[in-house]
Amino acid sequence: MIEASFFTEVLLPPLIKGGVISLELIALAAPFGLLMGIAIAVGRTYGGRLVSQACRLYVIFIKGCPLLLLLFIIYFGLPSLGIVFTPFVAAVIGFILCNGAYNSEYIRGALLSIKEGQMIAASALGMTRAQAIRHIILPQALRRAIPGISNEFIYLIKYSSLAYMITVIEITGAGKLVAAKYFAFFETFTVIGLFYLGLVSLATLALGFLERKLAIPGLVSK
Amino acid sequence: MESDEYIVRVEDIHKAYGDREVLRGVSFSVRKGETKVFIGPSGTGKSTLLRCINQLTVPDQGRVFLHGEEVTNSGSRINYFRQRMGMVFQNFYLFDHLTAVRNVEVALLKVKRMEPKAAREKALYELRQVGMEDWADHYPAELSGGQAQRVSIARALAMDPDVILFDEPTSALDPELTREVLEVMKKLSNEGMTMLVVTHEMGFALSAASEVLFMEHRLIVERGPPSEIPTSPTFERTRKFVGRFIEYSGDSGTKND
Repeated sequence: MIEASFFTEVLLPPLIKGGVISLELIALAAPFGLLMGIAIAVGRTYGGRLVSQACRLYVIFIKGCPLLLLLFIIYFGLPSLGIVFTPFVAAVIGFILCNGAYNSEYIRGALLSIKEGQMIAASALGMTRAQAIRHIILPQALRRAIPGISNEFIYLIKYSSLAYMITVIEITGAGKLVAAKYFAFFETFTVIGLFYLGLVSLATLALGFLERKLAIPGLVSK
Repeated sequence: MESDEYIVRVEDIHKAYGDREVLRGVSFSVRKGETKVFIGPSGTGKSTLLRCINQLTVPDQGRVFLHGEEVTNSGSRINYFRQRMGMVFQNFYLFDHLTAVRNVEVALLKVKRMEPKAAREKALYELRQVGMEDWADHYPAELSGGQAQRVSIARALAMDPDVILFDEPTSALDPELTREVLEVMKKLSNEGMTMLVVTHEMGFALSAASEVLFMEHRLIVERGPPSEIPTSPTFERTRKFVGRFIEYSGDSGTKND
């Protein structure tokens, strides 16, 4: 039986340190992943032929590439082209690229669901295409995309653990080191499991709240 | 800048979708304060004609002028012209994510770049003009069709346009809701707003139009003041069309409030 002091003195300090790194990875990747998703979706839906095709190819590329491989390419591969990132930055970039591609598909679906009359009415008022997208189309589409984006955010929380594979000592990595040293795999990974479960539950509640808060009669129901 | 006694001048507009010709050489002009009403069978290009005026549809040939300035081929200046030509649509096209008052003020804020306070005041004033101030904080989905259409008229009015284009504004409404929208339009017409109206409402055409233009086969075939419709030989085809209308739609041809 492991003593309580093992948890408080041996296990928790590195896990807390790792947990903070995990939160940093997620907090940095999520907003840029959302912005990237919006940009790709708008580019694909409203861009010219070239932009639209470029966005489409990007999404195909990311969908077809395992995230772990993407991280390996960024961290281990790019240095041979002279592009060197720290492990943390490489992980964040990889997460943004992945999160952005998947978000773009949810947002694109929502953009396509907006009736064409919205753009026509905005144009008739003298709005430029960009103004219409920014002020009329996106506010509606993003509301409809919230469930999909939430889903992707929850994936992000969990695949942030892959950062360990490129030497970022986030919570899973920190746990692996402690567990191997003290041979306490079950205890360590249970604690880490609770961390992810708590974080995902919190995110689910918060995003559900956001979804209801932003709901509009006739557009997105509560 | 060339001055012009006409608010809108339309010259020889042609439009085809592939092989299907929709307009073949339509011309007319509108003076300040006039209400021109376009009537005629469905599919004769009336709505397309309105959309060609503010370039929502780009005509294949022909030119449109607003106060003597060319609207066609105006490049990015089209957004300036569109601010000055309001449009009201058959299906309202209110912005679904904005309340009534925000529907009216959004273009004031984003296009005209008005101060928020002034824009809000202007929006509420226009809602009052159409009798919708009590519904300012309601979303489009919470409004009846007639209410939604009145909000969309307020949205067009708020831009202080030189002319408003009405594209079958009551075709999606039942007779009672039609009435409340036509009353607003009639009030605007009486107050001197310059209006181009595509409609099937003969009552409105007869009572509010300064000129009725009857379109058939992609052209304006008969035109003149509505008072001449009952008797003048220039309105023979129109009379036949209107008569048919009355026959099939009960009393809508004589409804005149």
